[in-house]
Amino acid sequence: MKEKFYKGLIATALSTTLLSSAAFAEEVRVMWYSDGVEGEVMSDLLDRFMEKNPDIDVILDNVAYQVVSEQLPIALEAGNGPDIARVTNLKAQSEHWLDLTPYVADPAYWQENFGDKADWMRPDGSDAITGFMTQLTLTGGFANATLFEQAGVALPGADASWDDWVAASAEVAKSQGLVAAFALDRSGHRLSGPNVSFGANYIAADGTPAPIDDGVKAFVTKMVEWTNGGQNYRDVWVSAAGSSYRAAAEDFINAQIPYYYSGSWQIANLATKIGDDFDWVATGSPCGSDACSGMAGGAGLVAVKYTKQPEAVGRVMDYLASEEVVREFTERTLFLPAHKNVVASGGLNFDTDSDQVKAALSAFVEASGNVAPNAAALPAWKWASAYYGALVTRTGQAMAGELSLDEAFDRMNADIAEQVAQENQ
Amino acid sequence: MISNEKTTIGAVLSAPVRWLAEAIDIPMRWWQGIAGRPGMISFFLIPNLLIFGMFVLVPLFINIVYSVTGGTELFLSDRSYVGGAHFNRLLECENHFNPNSCREDLFWIALWNTIKFVFTQVSVMIVFAVITALILNGKIRARAFWRAVFFFPVLLSPVVVGLIWQWMLQRQGVFNFILFQFDAQAINWLTERTWAFGAAVGVSIWAHVGFYVLILLAGLQAIPRDLYEAAEMDGTPPARAFWRITLPLLWPNLLVVIVLALIRAVQVFDEVYVLTGGGPGTSNLYLTQYIYEVGFASILRNPGLASAASLIMASILVVLTLAQLGLTRWKDKK
Repeated sequence: MKEKFYKGLIATALSTTLLSSAAFAEEVRVMWYSDGVEGEVMSDLLDRFMEKNPDIDVILDNVAYQVVSEQLPIALEAGNGPDIARVTNLKAQSEHWLDLTPYVADPAYWQENFGDKADWMRPDGSDAITGFMTQLTLTGGFANATLFEQAGVALPGADASWDDWVAASAEVAKSQGLVAAFALDRSGHRLSGPNVSFGANYIAADGTPAPIDDGVKAFVTKMVEWTNGGQNYRDVWVSAAGSSYRAAAEDFINAQIPYYYSGSWQIANLATKIGDDFDWVATGSPCGSDACSGMAGGAGLVAVKYTKQPEAVGRVMDYLASEEVVREFTERTLFLPAHKNVVASGGLNFDTDSDQVKAALSAFVEASGNVAPNAAALPAWKWASAYYGALVTRTGQAMAGELSLDEAFDRMNADIAEQVAQENQ
Repeated sequence: MISNEKTTIGAVLSAPVRWLAEAIDIPMRWWQGIAGRPGMISFFLIPNLLIFGMFVLVPLFINIVYSVTGGTELFLSDRSYVGGAHFNRLLECENHFNPNSCREDLFWIALWNTIKFVFTQVSVMIVFAVITALILNGKIRARAFWRAVFFFPVLLSPVVVGLIWQWMLQRQGVFNFILFQFDAQAINWLTERTWAFGAAVGVSIWAHVGFYVLILLAGLQAIPRDLYEAAEMDGTPPARAFWRITLPLLWPNLLVVIVLALIRAVQVFDEVYVLTGGGPGTSNLYLTQYIYEVGFASILRNPGLASAASLIMASILVVLTLAQLGLTRWKDKK
């Protein structure tokens, strides 16, 4: 009887302890969006973290990219938001990120491995550790090799210009009865690589936005002409107002367009959805008059300074930024890594049997050497978002025939000036 | 016996309510003794006034403060006073009929688009709603089914409406598939200005007309049948009966429908935003979308400018509401 009583007592004490540790586990919310399979990979990685760290309960909120781009900024301005977020607009919102320096185990490890991109996600002049890039991206093109082959048109070579690619794609589109020759995502970031290739420089000597120059004018003029001529897919740029983002990935996947200009983050998406339906290749960025540049960028995982449990956030971030986890995340998501030692030590075993995926990854790694200095400077530039927004809104209007090109350029300058004035209010 | 049983069960079931009512009665009587009967009216209004104040008056006040302050910050204490700068920016124009001559051209494009949309959508929808209500009020087969069919879209979420129609109207959608079957040229429903505007108006009518048909149907059913019988005995043609009996007696319902439709059309946003994104170009950019884009969705938001625009839009709605009140009073006097 006595023995039974003590057993019961011990069982009660144990279950109470277990329940209380679960009840008092610190909750860390991660806002996450996915382009491909990275949400599943991250969920798997976090499950393993929680197994080893039962005192931290990490909740992965998988949301649409639009939630990160439109709703998260409002929450941050109101002093709310998740504890950790995956964000692309890193610099403009850097005032909201937490300096992890006191909360990570080894700040020197972070500086060494992620330091070269740290300025992308912290205010100018700051030395804070706010997070790390989950992947580096580079904008570039994809061609539907099967359609080119069926049309009997040779794929343009490595140094082919934008004109060459559009001309070849137009020939394919005509031969195969497609809706358009090419599409470029409705995004200022996507437009900027080609702009820089034609000599554009957005940044004035004093760091403020420079007026729209001949480089921007040259490529935007071409885009408007290609839209009017039916080569550029109207549905992407013309069928929306303002600075709304529109991707053309689905149109490429459905073989509606032979050439698609987007970026390296699409590789896993294309590989998964296209499968064996047709052959596709990554082409790097076509050349302009000055360069063959794409735009560097990527998504960063940042800690939000309004978190109530910075220590727990620091532990989660330490785990996710560890070399072993970054390596696994990179191999499974087919992303380009941002971790210095992972890149330097090489030997990445990407989780794919597809030769075209491996070739695409190699093509983007090769193209990363072509990024022009003017493009490389933009991710860490405060006014990049203002520039991108004006570019998209006014280029879209020019394509729709609502503004002449000169009016569009004047409006771009005025919009950027208004944004600077507003920020200074 | 049965009646007594029912009474007993009813008394038992209602006992908690009665006890509660009696419990409340004691403090209420005490309070009425202090506040008096007029005071009790105010007392009962307080909960509603609090909710109204919290969700209408406070946001309205904050909106006004935003409209005279600048910056991207949300906390009022962090925002700097800029006076009427946002209103000046919105209203500064060389020629208000030419949005390209305005400093904030997108606002004026949205305003003129909204006026065009309101005029087209409301007029077409009212005519369509009256005709539909007349048909559904007549002796037709499966009348209840047809009434449900016309009301069904009202139950759908606007986002669902937008997506359904987007799938049907897109380049590879069912509409172009049908055209293809007849060897006709495909139409870019959502990327050509005229077609896209027509699509926005049509989808909006499809989504809302059922609600207005219901109001008109109630009005039609309230018209005494003997008026029509008398007219018929006098040999009045149906068209004359419509103009002389139906329309005048339907007028109060029609007025409600017109005003509600006008107000709703001015606020057009969700289904058209999902359907067209405001495009092609800015041809379907309406005031609410402009406010949403400037305040929330653009890369660099401007809550002050969005608030100023929303106050201008609110003043348009106030004018419409006053017009409705004026019309109702004028009709009553007549």
